Amino acid sequence: MARPPSRRPGHNRKAQYSLFASYVVAMTGAAVGLLLVVVAIFDPTGFAAIRIATSEVTRPASVGLKNMVSGVSSIDEVLASYWQAGSQNVALRRQVETDRNRIIEAKAVAQENLRLKKLLKLVEDDGSELLTARLIASSSSSTRRYARLNAGHWQGVRTGMPVRAPEGLIGRIHITTPNTAEVLLLTDTSNIVPVRRANDSVPAISTGLGDGTLEIRALAAGRNPFKPGDLLVTSGIGGVYQPNIPVAVIVRVAGEIAYGVPLANPSKVDAVVVERSFEETVTRPDPNVPTVAADPPAGNATTP
Amino acid sequence: MIDPHLQPAVPRLGRQPSRWRLAGTPVVTVMLGSVVTALPLIAQSPVMPPFGLLLLLSWRLLRPELWRAWIGLPLGLFDDMASGQPIGSAMFLWTVTLVGIDAVEHRMVWRSYRQDWLIAAAAIIFCIAGGVFFARITGGGGITLQLVAPQMLWTVLLFPFVVRQCARIDRWRVMA
Repeated sequence: MARPPSRRPGHNRKAQYSLFASYVVAMTGAAVGLLLVVVAIFDPTGFAAIRIATSEVTRPASVGLKNMVSGVSSIDEVLASYWQAGSQNVALRRQVETDRNRIIEAKAVAQENLRLKKLLKLVEDDGSELLTARLIASSSSSTRRYARLNAGHWQGVRTGMPVRAPEGLIGRIHITTPNTAEVLLLTDTSNIVPVRRANDSVPAISTGLGDGTLEIRALAAGRNPFKPGDLLVTSGIGGVYQPNIPVAVIVRVAGEIAYGVPLANPSKVDAVVVERSFEETVTRPDPNVPTVAADPPAGNATTP
Repeated sequence: MIDPHLQPAVPRLGRQPSRWRLAGTPVVTVMLGSVVTALPLIAQSPVMPPFGLLLLLSWRLLRPELWRAWIGLPLGLFDDMASGQPIGSAMFLWTVTLVGIDAVEHRMVWRSYRQDWLIAAAAIIFCIAGGVFFARITGGGGITLQLVAPQMLWTVLLFPFVVRQCARIDRWRVMA
C-alpha cells in the first residue's frame, strides 16, 4: 500500500501558514507542559486544583460501579473456598472452639487493663478516628500509586492524615478536593513509613516499590536483623501514624534489604478509616482542663 | 460492505453527518479512554494500558487529516488530570509524539498495517518511558523501567484490537 497523501499544502500560501502555525502552537504547548512538570518537581501538589474537576465529575460513576462490583471482586475467594469445603469446615470448627477460650481470656485481660489504667488515671480517650469511607478508583495506568477516597475536604479530610483498614495501614492523604481525596498508598515509591518489628521493636524504614511490595531497611547498621515471617507495625516516630498499626509481613531477605508485603490489600478492603495525624491527637488540648491535662500525653509522645 | 448490525441506520445518499459527530466523536472517545482509570479498580502496580494514548494513536494513524499536532495539548491535559501523572506529562509526551509521527510519516515510502503498528509501538514505548521519567523526577522515588515493562508489552499487543474498534466507530461517524 502506498503512503497516505502528504500533508504539505502545495502552493497555497494560506494553508502553508496555517500548518506552520499549528506546529508553532503544538511546540509552544509542549514546552508549557514541560514547564508544568518542572514546577511539579518543586511543588508536587501545586496544580492539584486542576484535578478537582475530573475527580469530582467521575466520582458518582466510580461510586456506582464500586457498589456493583464489590461483590464481584471477591468472587475468586468464594469459588476457592468451595474447594475442599468439607475438611476445611471441620478444621475451622476445631479452631473456633480453641479460639473461643482465648477470646474469653483476652476479654478478661482487656477489662483488667482498663481497670488498671483507671487506677493510674491514664484514661485513653483516643478520638483519632475521623471517618470511614471507601476507596473508589486508583491511578491504575500510572507508575505512581494513588487511590481515590470517597470523602474530601468538606467531610473534614485534610492532607497528611493517615488512612488505615482493620487489617493494617493503607497510606496517607495526598491531595483533597471537596468530595474526594487522593490517598498515597503504602506501596508508592515515595511513601516512607517508620516501622518497627512487632515483637522486639527493631526500628526500620518501609518504602514502597510500586509493584505491591515494600522495601524494608533496618535503621541499625550491621547484619540485617529481619527474617521471613516477621511482622512490622508503625512505630509512631514522625508524628503522622499512630503507633502499632500493622503494616507488613516480611517475605524475602536479600542482603541489607528485606522485602515485605502489606497486610491490608487496598483492592480487597471494604472500607477504610481516615484518622487524625498522631501528632494532632496527642497534642490536642482537653477542652475542660486546657493546660494541666495536655501535659501528660505530650510527654507520652516524646517516648514512643 | 455494510455491516449487518448497522442495517436499521442505512446510510442515505446526499446526507451529511452533523459536524458535532464528525469532529466530536474522536475527541470524546480519547477522553473516555483517559477516564478508564475511574473504574473501581485499586491497582497495586501499573497494570492498566493507557487507553487514552492508544485511542489517540489509533485515530491519528487511521485518519491522518483529522487533527493537527496541537490536539495533543488539550487531550494530554485531560489525561494528566485523570491519570495521576504530574500535570504536563502527557501534554508534553503526546504532542511530541504527534509531531514525531508527522515528521516520520513522509519519509516512509510504503505504508501498511505493519508500519502503523511499528509507529504505534515506538510511540507507546516513548510515552510510557517518558511517563516513568516524569514520575521519578517529581518525587516518585526509585521507579525502574522494569516496573512498566509488562504494561508496555500488553499496550503494544492491544493496539491492533483498539485500532479495529476505532475503525468501527469511524464507520459509524462518517455515515449519516
